[in-house]
Amino acid sequence: MSETAETTAVVKEPKEPLFSSKNKRLLSDPLNDDNPITIQVLGICSALAITVQVKQAVVMSLSVLVVMIGANLIVSLLRNLIPSRVRIIVQLVIVAALVILVDQVLKAYLYDVSKQLSVFVGLIITNCIIMGRLEAFALANKPWPSFLDAVGNAAGYGWILIAVAVVRELFGSGKFYGFQVIPDAFYDFGYYNNGLMILPPMALITVGIIIWIQRSRNTKLIEEN
Amino acid sequence: MDVNKNSYTFTFSAILVIVVGASLAFVAEGLKPLQKENVRLEKMQNILASVKIEATPEEAAAKFEQYIVDQVMLDNDGNVVSPDGLTAFDIDVVKEFKTLAIEKRNYPLFVFQENGATKYIVPMAGNGLWGPIWGFVAFEGDMNTIYGSTFDHKTETPGLGAEINQPDFQNKFVGKTIFDGSDYVSVEVVKGGSDVEGKSHMVDGISGGTITSKGVGEMMQRTLNVYVPYFKGNQKASL
Repeated sequence: MSETAETTAVVKEPKEPLFSSKNKRLLSDPLNDDNPITIQVLGICSALAITVQVKQAVVMSLSVLVVMIGANLIVSLLRNLIPSRVRIIVQLVIVAALVILVDQVLKAYLYDVSKQLSVFVGLIITNCIIMGRLEAFALANKPWPSFLDAVGNAAGYGWILIAVAVVRELFGSGKFYGFQVIPDAFYDFGYYNNGLMILPPMALITVGIIIWIQRSRNTKLIEEN
Repeated sequence: MDVNKNSYTFTFSAILVIVVGASLAFVAEGLKPLQKENVRLEKMQNILASVKIEATPEEAAAKFEQYIVDQVMLDNDGNVVSPDGLTAFDIDVVKEFKTLAIEKRNYPLFVFQENGATKYIVPMAGNGLWGPIWGFVAFEGDMNTIYGSTFDHKTETPGLGAEINQPDFQNKFVGKTIFDGSDYVSVEVVKGGSDVEGKSHMVDGISGGTITSKGVGEMMQRTLNVYVPYFKGNQKASL
C-alpha cells in the first residue's frame, strides 16, 4: 500500500521546518492541481445545493473549513488508536459530533449565524471531502500536516463554491452578494435574468466549465484513455 | 498494544460513544436556557416585523410590551377562548398544528396598536418542501387587507424555497385582500413568474421554489379559515 509507505517516510524524517516545501504543497495543491471538487470530484452535492447565492457559499465554505480543521486534527491525534475495522464510523462520529457541537454553541451565542447554517449542518456532516481527507490523509499523518491539508482542501473547495455562486447569482438574479449589480437600464432594454441559472443543473454545468478551463490550461491533468 | 483485537475495537467504540454522547448532552443541556431565550426573542422580533417594526434582540421584549396591546386565543370554530395559564404568546403553532388534534388547537391572535391604528397579527404554520414553514401575517384594521408578513422555514433550499424569509417575497403580500366581497378566498401563491398585476388574491411565487411557495399559500388558506368568523364578527361590529 503506497499510503502506508508514505506514512512511515513522513514519520521517520527528522525535524521538518513548519513550512517545508512539502507542507506548502499540502496547502497549494488542493487549490489547483488536486482540487477536491474539480479533480477529485468530491463534495459535488453541496456545490450544487448552495451555490445560488454567494453569501451562502461563503458561510458554507467557512463552516467546512472549521469542521475540517477540527476533524483532521482529532483524527490525526487518534490515528494510532483507531481500530482500522471501525475507522469510517469513528470518523463519522467525530465529524457529526463536531458539527453539532458548533451548531449548539452558535445557537446559544450567535443565533443569527446559526440560523443561516441551519440547512448546512446536515450537508457538512455528509460532505465527502471531509471524510475523504480524514481517510486519505489525517489517518496517516501527524497533526501539523493534517492541519495544513485541511486548510488547503477547505480553501480549494471554497474557491470553487464561491466561483460557481458568483456566476449563478450574477446571471440568475443579477446580484452579487445580495446587491444588485446589473443596472435597471439593462432590464429596460429587454435583458432578462436567466432562470435556468437558479436551478441545480446549472451548478454542474458551471463546475464543468471550470474543469474545462482548468484542464485546457494545465494539460497534464487530462486523463489518457 | 494490538489495536485490531476484537476486545480493543469494542472498548474503543464504547469509550468514543460515551465521551461524544456525554459531551453533546452536557453542552446541549447547558446551553438550553440561552437558546430558548433566543427563540423567544426571535418570535417577538418576527411578530413585530410583520407590522414593520424593526427590533434588535435586545429591545424586542420592551417593544413587544409597548406595541402588542392584546392577545386573543380562538378555538377551532373561531370562538374566543381563554384556557388557564396560557397566553397567546406561549402557543407554539408549529408544534401545536403538528401534534394536537384539530379540535384541541388554539389559535393565537395579536392585536397591535400604534398611533391609534390597530393591526391584527395571525401566526401560522405549514409545510414547505423539506420541513416546516411558519410565519406571521398582519392585517389592517379592516381585517381584510394584508399590511405585512414575515415567513420563515427550517430547512428549505437556500436561494430557492428559503427565499420566503426575504423581504422581496414577503412584500408581495402587502395590499392583497383575503375577502372577495363577503366571501373568504384567502391569497393564492402561484407559480413564479406569473403575471399577478391587479389580482388582489394572487401572489407571485418563487421561481425554483414552487412547492415552498405553494406551501405558504396553503398555510394561509387553512389557518386564516379559522379566523374568518372572528374577522367577520369584528368587521360587522365596526361598521
